Amino acid sequence: MTQPLGAALSLEQVTVTFSAPGRDSAGYTAVRDTTIVIAAGEFVSVVGPTGCGKSTLLNIAAGLLEASAGDVRVHGELLAGINREAGYMFQSDALLPWLSAHDNVALGLRYRGVHESTVRVKVTAWLARVGLGAHGHRYPHQLSGGMKKRVALAQMLILEPKILLMDEPFSALDIQTRQLMENELLELWSADRKSVVFITHDLEEAISLSDRVIVLSAGPATRPIGEFMIDLPRPRDVAEIRMTPRFVALHTQIWSAMKDEVLKGYAQSQHH
Amino acid sequence: MRKASTTDDPWRRARLALYQALLLGTIFAVWYLMTEPVLVSEEFARNTAFFFGKPVLVLQRTIEWFVSGKIYEHLLITLVETLLAFAIGTLFGLGAGLWLALSPTASALADPYIKAMNAMPRVILAPIFAVWFGLGILSKVALGITLVFFIVFFNVYQGVKEVSPVVLNNARMLGASGQQLLRTVYVPSAMSWVFSSLHTSVGMAFVGAVVGEYLGSARGVGYLILQAEGAFDINTVFAGILVLTAFALALDAMVSVAERRLLVWRPAQGETERL
Repeated sequence: MTQPLGAALSLEQVTVTFSAPGRDSAGYTAVRDTTIVIAAGEFVSVVGPTGCGKSTLLNIAAGLLEASAGDVRVHGELLAGINREAGYMFQSDALLPWLSAHDNVALGLRYRGVHESTVRVKVTAWLARVGLGAHGHRYPHQLSGGMKKRVALAQMLILEPKILLMDEPFSALDIQTRQLMENELLELWSADRKSVVFITHDLEEAISLSDRVIVLSAGPATRPIGEFMIDLPRPRDVAEIRMTPRFVALHTQIWSAMKDEVLKGYAQSQHH
Repeated sequence: MRKASTTDDPWRRARLALYQALLLGTIFAVWYLMTEPVLVSEEFARNTAFFFGKPVLVLQRTIEWFVSGKIYEHLLITLVETLLAFAIGTLFGLGAGLWLALSPTASALADPYIKAMNAMPRVILAPIFAVWFGLGILSKVALGITLVFFIVFFNVYQGVKEVSPVVLNNARMLGASGQQLLRTVYVPSAMSWVFSSLHTSVGMAFVGAVVGEYLGSARGVGYLILQAEGAFDINTVFAGILVLTAFALALDAMVSVAERRLLVWRPAQGETERL
């Protein structure tokens, strides 16, 4: 198990309640009493039924959202405001549409006032690393879904964040592109193991990528209901590893824990 | 690559241009036949010529203006008024739009007054501006500004409000300060809305200039029309209208060129270029 000491990121007893005008005055509790600890260099996936507050948890970790109760610590220090140690990859298109791929990747460095000659060298290198060396001049609308994700990946990684927060980053891609991106992510990650929190609703994706999978209950008032260590060997190929018996065994084990919650989440979504 | 659409076919386009030219020719022909005693009685022709002018005389007057060079001075004045009203109105609209969109308190405070000022028929301000700024170009520029300002203002306001929250959060996570957010996210988003309203706002600046001149001035194309109208010189009035229309078309074409250059990042309608 992970130790709180030396943790890269920890959410301690976090509760998030949104005030809901027009509804009952108690508001809507998305997350309740949730404690999640991510060790340095650990790849953790968080899975749960749709609408269970996974993104809320990630926004808390990023500092984009403030918890109603509980603490967020980054390398042991209490987080206030935006999490400067973290890079965030969004589910939907988050690239600035009026900037070319090159300028999108350069954005973070320019915000930091890095010298323009350094920016150019770094951006060129990162575009090449994500396989977009020839497409730096293109605007987001001229790129395919997979290419946009690569730009977003480079945009995040060029700042060398110690923690990566990823909110279903590949969910909009077709299955082939998605597996390519997953393998690329693993390769980039293994180069300098960062701490990763990977949100997904896809259990297979979670198992094939992670060191540990955390299962959340159905919302409202989401909390973790299970934690599974993934002892599959690395380096992995996300497409091949799905065929191994150990993967299937893990999948069966985690799915049985998840099933009830998924059904609960489904019933609730039918209700509303 | 762009999909071949029907308007890309050169033959079709040439045929369409021909029909358009024929339509214009027909209008001029009808105008000519109604004002010359060829098919209609002399009295009828005299009456219609009094109200509509004679096309030959209108064209003659127009050509005469350009050959003698008399028109350039007036055109230049109208152009300067239009451009000044457009530039200053856009700047004010941009500033006010950004400010109100980003400051909920200011927005709540100003909301009823903005609405009232927008609802007011602002052309009626022209006499007031003439009193304040005299009969020179300033009063025309001021009128143009009041027309342009609101178009730009509402577009900027909308542009800022419609910034994607995901893009905004992304920029914040990448470390943007408040000022950097304004420069790299809010302003570009607002500008794309401003550019998409360029045609309307340049047109409005032009309306401001011409209406201002018409209501009282010593130079400009609007002034030429006012003078001719005073002398019942209907041919010159029509010549002025002709010149103004051509001028407005030229301005619009210039805006289209500027638009294409400034909005390269935006997908064109139906554009499917991908890789």
